[in-house]
Amino acid sequence: MELGGKLEVGRSRRVALYVTCLVDVMRPSVGFAAIKLLEDAGCEVVIPEHQTCCGQPAYNAGGEADAKALARQVVETFEPFDAVVVPSGSCAGMIRDHYPKLLAAEPEWRDRAAGLAARTHELTSFLVDVLGLESVEADYKGTVCYHDSCAGLRELNVKQQPRKLLRSVRGVEMREMDDAEVCCGFGGLFCVKYADISNQMVSRKMDNIEASGADTLLAGDLGCLLNMAGKLTRQGSRVKVRHVAEVLAGMTDLPAIGEEH
Amino acid sequence: MQPSCNSFKQQAAQALRDPKLQGAFGKLGDGLQARRAAAVGQLPEFEALREDARRIKRRVMSDLDTWLEQFEQKVRGQGGHLHWASTADDAREAILAICQRVGAKTVTKGKSMVTEELGLNDYLVDQGITPVETDLGEYILQLRREAPSHIVMPAVHLAQDDIERTFVESHPQLPPDRDLSTAESLVAEARQELRELFFKADVGITGANFMIAETGSTVIVTNEGNGDLTQTLARVHVVVTTIERVIPTLEDLSTFLRLLPRSATGQDATAYVTLSSGPKREGDMHGPEEFHVVVLDNGRSELLGGENQDILNCIRCGACMNHCPVYGAVGGHAYGWVYPGPLGAALTPALIGVEKSAALPNASTFCGQCVAVCPVKIPLTDIMRRWRVREHGQKMTSPLARAGLSVWAWLASRPALYRKLTGLAAWGMALCGGRRRRLSRMPLAGGWTRYRDFPAPEGETFHAQLARRKKRASKTGAGGLCHE
Ligand code: SF4
Repeated sequence: MELGGKLEVGRSRRVALYVTCLVDVMRPSVGFAAIKLLEDAGCEVVIPEHQTCCGQPAYNAGGEADAKALARQVVETFEPFDAVVVPSGSCAGMIRDHYPKLLAAEPEWRDRAAGLAARTHELTSFLVDVLGLESVEADYKGTVCYHDSCAGLRELNVKQQPRKLLRSVRGVEMREMDDAEVCCGFGGLFCVKYADISNQMVSRKMDNIEASGADTLLAGDLGCLLNMAGKLTRQGSRVKVRHVAEVLAGMTDLPAIGEEH
Repeated sequence: MQPSCNSFKQQAAQALRDPKLQGAFGKLGDGLQARRAAAVGQLPEFEALREDARRIKRRVMSDLDTWLEQFEQKVRGQGGHLHWASTADDAREAILAICQRVGAKTVTKGKSMVTEELGLNDYLVDQGITPVETDLGEYILQLRREAPSHIVMPAVHLAQDDIERTFVESHPQLPPDRDLSTAESLVAEARQELRELFFKADVGITGANFMIAETGSTVIVTNEGNGDLTQTLARVHVVVTTIERVIPTLEDLSTFLRLLPRSATGQDATAYVTLSSGPKREGDMHGPEEFHVVVLDNGRSELLGGENQDILNCIRCGACMNHCPVYGAVGGHAYGWVYPGPLGAALTPALIGVEKSAALPNASTFCGQCVAVCPVKIPLTDIMRRWRVREHGQKMTSPLARAGLSVWAWLASRPALYRKLTGLAAWGMALCGGRRRRLSRMPLAGGWTRYRDFPAPEGETFHAQLARRKKRASKTGAGGLCHE
């Protein structure tokens, strides 16, 4: 593993991992993959025990009071750390982009939220942009396409970072699908509330994935991955779906998302 | 136009079942997005221009009444008339009064979304006046008695053969077997039909993309030239526009003119940019004898100084809808009122009330593509989210959804209990998933499982696995993973 080290994260490289509620419940291996990637890059990883949900579901549903309460909790929990790393663009975006707006009117929280926002990073962006990582030590045999999840792409500029690291994985052949930057139709509660429209969107995504010829679909956000994996298995597709961290960490023994044992 | 925004879901479902609409809107984005990207790519200062445009708009909004007054003075000084209309009723009455005073029987119209907001065509017909739409798209829609489905390309939902059929039925005096198979032939026929009406019209009504305070001019930006004919051939020119369209100077106009066509259609410039500054003066060859500007508020001023003020910056380019995957899936009519897409989702609640349009700001994944392309950088998703807050605060959302969210938030603020219950949920779902490792049905998530499986979780949560590993590590005395 090569490490350029553009920025020192404190002297100790001590980082907190925010695993997110979806990783916690649905796909714990993403959390362990993130730990491996961070440790291999020389970080000491701490997992604060009091972490739960970042409040995004309430925030996007208009439940401002609930969202604020959870935002304050996250700020408190992660405040002691030099850096907070999140294996999800949308949860990282919530903290970076939205907490400062959400708590802007609360003088005792405003600066703390802004401070945490500045220290919070999406996983691949942290590895590449902050640590200056150029490559990883991993093997994966397959042709992969990468879906750019909306929040990661448009709130955090996550685009080249995962691709750069993926190209260094031995055995990986990258394919770009058409419209990789178009929303997959997940959108949190949107996919349940506006199921017909969501289905239309994920169906278009499926066509692009299949047309790319890739046998593996990767992304950095579990919500989108569950949505696309669920559609692919329902359609009987053979494309495997994984979080990008699993491939980068070389932790792909576990069946893919929604894949049979 | 009677809003049906809250039937968005049903209207969307209908659109999703209509193969013709799917064809029209499915393809719409591809070409327009590529053309916009190319046009923007050739203009390195595009980002800087967006910032300039936003700054100009914010300056205007912080002092809107002053700019409007300056505009009014200029218009009057040039012999024009200005009519303030706080409501749609006021605007309709002002327009009708002008038409009646000059004894108008026929009124030609250039493209104007504001007159859609007023339901002006039906109103004029009821008063015995015949409105004639002269923009090709609007003309087709008028023949079909349909509403626009896009703010820039109103008839984009129609296929060539729909239009052909409409022309054959609506122009029975022409040979039924004439060739209408090309866009050119349709344009030629519409021109032919409209030519006489242009001369017959007593009043010509246009919209305005901008009002310039410095010069008292209204500006329209078009590709067909019909707007020019509408306003120069009739005896009376009436501009119908809204308060937020005013900009300070001609110089500012040039900023917007560089952004608008590139954002709308990917053109460097439109075919026509027409400035109207008062009625015909002595020695002028052409021009109307009377020049009127009707300036409508209709709820917009209430946005001033508030958290959603930025939606007033909109220059109606349509880029947000051209790039919106939800609009691309269901088209414009599903939105149920004048303004579709992300613009409509952010603006409509301000104009007709959130209770009549709450479905619109909810119909977004917040993918942010609209914000990324908006030439005046309107935070459309933030505005939609604030409408959701309003809706939630007024308890307009379903009690079940509200209860579900507060239970989740309550639980998430009690980490110990949260761990136990999420642990149980993960285990339970994994069990239900069985060897197939996916669920084809789930309570309360019928919307998900109708169309896709729900992948089963691994079984034990991350935190449970971590706790177990830690215990083992402390027994063996090994260091390693830490919870803190
Ligand atoms: S909101 Fe922005 S992108 Fe949409 S029509 Fe208005 S100016 Fe154009």
